[in-house]
Amino acid sequence: MNVFARAAPKKGENFELRADLNSEYREKRKDAIKRVIANMTVGKDVSGLFPDVLKNMQTEDIEQKKLVYLYLINYAKTQPELVILAVNTFVKDSDDPNPLIRALAIRTMGCLRVEKIIDYLCDPLQKGLRDENPYVRKTAALCVAKLYDLKPELVLENGFLDQLHDMISDSNPMVVANTVTALSDIHISASSQPSTSSSGPAFFTITSSILNKLLIALNECSEWGRVALLSALARYEAKDEKESEHICERVVPQFQHVNGSVVLGAVKVVMIHMRGVKREEFTKQLIRKMAPPLVTLLSTPPEVQWVALRNINLLLQKRPDLLSNEMRVFFCKYNDPLYVKVEKLDIMVRLANDHNVDALLSELKEYASEVDVDFVRRSIKAIGQTAIKIDAAAERCVNVLLELIDTRVSYVVQEAVVVMKDIFRRYPSTYEGVIPTLCANLEELDEPEAKASLIWIIGEYANKIDNADELLGVFVDTFTEESYPVQLQTLTAVVKLFLYKPDTSQGLVQSVLNTATKECDSPDVRDRAYIYWRLLSSDPAAAKSVVLAHRPPISLPHTTVAPALLNELIGEISSLASVYHKPAETFIGQGRVGADSMQRKGADLSDDRLTTQKALQTVAAGQQAENLLDFDDEPAMDSQPTGLAATQVFQQTPAAASLLAGTSSNPLDDLVSIFGNSSIGSPPAQQQPNGMQTNAFGGLGLGLGGMGSPISPSPAPAQNSVASPVPTTQNPQEDLLGLF
Amino acid sequence: MASLIAILDLKGKPLIQRSYRDDVSPSQIERFLPLILDIEEEGQQVTPCFTSQGVNYMHIRHSNLYLLALSRRNSNAAEIILFLHRLSQVLVEYFKELEEESIRDNFVIIYELLDEMMDFGYPQSTESKILQEYITQESHKLELQVRPPMALTNAVSWRSEGIRYRKNEVFLDVIESVNLLVNANGNVVRSEILGAVKMKCYLSGMPELRLGLNDKVMFEATGRRLSIVHPASRGKSIELEDVKFHQCVRLSRFENDRTISFIPPDGEFELMSYRLSQAVKPLVWVEAAVENHKGSRVEYMVKVKAQFKRRSTANNVEIYVPVPDDADSPKFRASTGSVKYVPDKSAFVWNIKQLGGGREFLMRAHFGLPSVKSEQDVEKRAPITVKFEIPYFTVSGIQVRYLKIVEKSGYQALPWVRYITQNGDDYSLRTALEKGSAPIVPM
Repeated sequence: MNVFARAAPKKGENFELRADLNSEYREKRKDAIKRVIANMTVGKDVSGLFPDVLKNMQTEDIEQKKLVYLYLINYAKTQPELVILAVNTFVKDSDDPNPLIRALAIRTMGCLRVEKIIDYLCDPLQKGLRDENPYVRKTAALCVAKLYDLKPELVLENGFLDQLHDMISDSNPMVVANTVTALSDIHISASSQPSTSSSGPAFFTITSSILNKLLIALNECSEWGRVALLSALARYEAKDEKESEHICERVVPQFQHVNGSVVLGAVKVVMIHMRGVKREEFTKQLIRKMAPPLVTLLSTPPEVQWVALRNINLLLQKRPDLLSNEMRVFFCKYNDPLYVKVEKLDIMVRLANDHNVDALLSELKEYASEVDVDFVRRSIKAIGQTAIKIDAAAERCVNVLLELIDTRVSYVVQEAVVVMKDIFRRYPSTYEGVIPTLCANLEELDEPEAKASLIWIIGEYANKIDNADELLGVFVDTFTEESYPVQLQTLTAVVKLFLYKPDTSQGLVQSVLNTATKECDSPDVRDRAYIYWRLLSSDPAAAKSVVLAHRPPISLPHTTVAPALLNELIGEISSLASVYHKPAETFIGQGRVGADSMQRKGADLSDDRLTTQKALQTVAAGQQAENLLDFDDEPAMDSQPTGLAATQVFQQTPAAASLLAGTSSNPLDDLVSIFGNSSIGSPPAQQQPNGMQTNAFGGLGLGLGGMGSPISPSPAPAQNSVASPVPTTQNPQEDLLGLF
Repeated sequence: MASLIAILDLKGKPLIQRSYRDDVSPSQIERFLPLILDIEEEGQQVTPCFTSQGVNYMHIRHSNLYLLALSRRNSNAAEIILFLHRLSQVLVEYFKELEEESIRDNFVIIYELLDEMMDFGYPQSTESKILQEYITQESHKLELQVRPPMALTNAVSWRSEGIRYRKNEVFLDVIESVNLLVNANGNVVRSEILGAVKMKCYLSGMPELRLGLNDKVMFEATGRRLSIVHPASRGKSIELEDVKFHQCVRLSRFENDRTISFIPPDGEFELMSYRLSQAVKPLVWVEAAVENHKGSRVEYMVKVKAQFKRRSTANNVEIYVPVPDDADSPKFRASTGSVKYVPDKSAFVWNIKQLGGGREFLMRAHFGLPSVKSEQDVEKRAPITVKFEIPYFTVSGIQVRYLKIVEKSGYQALPWVRYITQNGDDYSLRTALEKGSAPIVPM
């Protein structure tokens, strides 16, 4: 097409356009340029007209000039050898008496991105930076960043960087703002490329004299300029407490700005510099001032609200006292988009306390009767989380759940069953009266999670449910057709039943172990069945203390991200990282977390475990699994000792044998606590004198995926179950390998 | 920072785009809609920002358009999303409506605007009034070349110099929007007042303005005691919870002594907005009794009550009562106003031109229902929503105490103040009840 077009087409639209572009009438030419741009907009290739369009560049008509420039920006790269023809006009325009044209020329030249003409750009740029008109200066300042992006050496050679540093003292606040923007941009590109960062001067360090200039310009420049200045202020490292306080005081008035990104930028600066403030009273005052502007962000358009809500969520994890009396403002509006409602739900549960829980519950109940299935489910989950969070309200929550189960709407019932299981895990043996109602809905359950939850409940309370064997029998009959989570739960529940009532359920346990070991194709299910079988056949007492062990109650985690990551994200407020709740490395640079980038990060942070934790957090956050295979220095083999390997170790280890014989009671306790831990986020197992035992069982416990306790339902505990076993896994891996 | 800005139609086809940086190829735009569909297919919600293969997609919806920004960096999401909103506002102010057609008709000017509003991915000037001074739809005459308005880079970036009016006037509108939510028991679950002080400024030169309100904190800060200054006044003071100002207001001055001082932009603008979360009694109360004869018809009895002082009147009251999607053959009887069925909103609207304070009215509606119902039809429970406007009245009790106008030429200018209370975007009552649960007492 391109070649074709250049070879002067005899007919067609481009031919006509070419004729018009070369017309002797000014109006006709201008009209032709417009048509060319129109074609460009709809995606037609008009690059063949390059020389003809270029001829129209020298004109007094600004609009036409802009159109030609626009064309140039789009097609310069396809015709690099012809762009040189435009240079003359650019250089001439950069001397034009009209500042609008001077700025336009400089701005456009920076956008052309063609190697050949860059060298011609330096002189006009030099002049532009010293121009008497601030509009030209502010455009030129950004152009330095453009130039750096193309050819960093040129910026350094021409001393543009030093010039930018001087321009921070410019009398015009907008020029200061764009200068800071340019320097920050250069700083980012320089530090993201390790090769150039060694050259040193590229860095934009903010000294205390720069700080004062920024603080002065902050009050005078436009909203977007303020955003740039605030980001720079966030990077400043305060010398002492007094300076931190000073910065906070100067930035706080920006909370009143109407532009939400200025508000969030100010929040970020205050949150960062507040770390250096020790005066409790001052901190409290800052937090108090921060709350109302954050609430006001909820009256913005939904997309802005969402960004604000994601950030508020982080801020609340850091400062739970921030919005303690404001739960009601987070109530969902009927017309809120779902993504806003979901965030609001999460925040509402965070803000729930003894005083507002009634209002919250009646609201959640209302949501549970709305049309959107996803929202309904999340509302029911929120009821469960409220029950787990606030002891005093648990009973009211259970009552609400019972009312919801009464509606007999399938997905409501299923979700409520899942939630009830969590409540049982938080308050063991408290709401047993509910069980018959739950069991009455047995047939209606068709989702694996709901089924697994109900089976777990039946198993857990098998001694109190008269017809537990009948109920479980249904699932044993269809065992091979069920999904793996349901199979695992059925297995455990039947074993529990057997341990409670050995007389009546002998046949059932036989049949389920038989099916699971012989007909099941999941190694996890088979392994668990084998272990149960051996436990039961060698020492029922040991089996009892393993399977029916006391499990520590679950709790609602205060944070969804690790503390170190939280601090990092708080420093990134209003950025994409804070919106995704993920560190920037996970989504920039091809979206891959390279092993070396992680290693570099690890070197920065003195604590190695932080890196580990971060990596695992990423897993929990649902990162693509393939990326994680890159970590060869990580204990990424969490789930390695599964299957046969684990079982063999179990058999071979002398300690294990003695355990099976039931001679030692100590290791048993230990085993139990490991199993408890593997699914619940409480501190890791205590150190055992005989390292081998602990390690081997630690590995086992993981491999079994939390035997004796159900799969973690809500995302929050699930994360912990991944994150917490870290310390226990590191050694077993080596030890197990050593064994082979 | 954004590498590329594009406006797309609902099919994901780019109508216009502008690249600011090289690091994101324009072909990434075409991946936007498929990605959205994928996310939806996986049963997750599409959020305004998401990431895929190292490219971050930030977008907003405006009627039937997507405004999209792409970036490879850890950009300032709040800034970019707000910029997209500002872009849509500017385009609306330029073309009245922002839709596919207006974009196609005005691509030249949109390119110009995109060039001026953002540079190298960083937002620059988004004040539509200033932009309109040098980016206009009429082509410029040769002899009169436009120059960049001083305002673009001035400390006063919102007002040009040399403005002249024969008659200097200022109009102040204090508008309060009430958002509230009433639950089925008739209790107010949530309420807030969103206030705005809007100005129409027709003043010459560079006037200095100072606005005084009966804001409690303001009075305390200025050290004046209400009881001394206005011994016999009914001037109660109110406490504004969060005040936001137009960028013309000197924020540090407000922080120091709560003075609202500023050089106003020319023409119309919003000077400040504020929020109060004090409990508000529903000004217009509505409840409906619903009698559902399954499979044949449904009947509504709606009661409206104006719960404000008799000397005020609510204008243009519109009451939206939700009905089942498949309701048909409507019949209405109202003691005042008119009723209309709006099937596309699944509701009927009761229009009352003027509703006097303390008055109460009833209306009845009757709909047919199709006899065949799909199984498992989840009942939609939309709340009743109300629109209204009450002039000469503010719920919060905010008052303008003074507006001082000082200009060096020393002219006298007249300020005019008007107060309006109206519904916010979420004034809803969940009081449509099945008959029997909470009967309405007949009048």
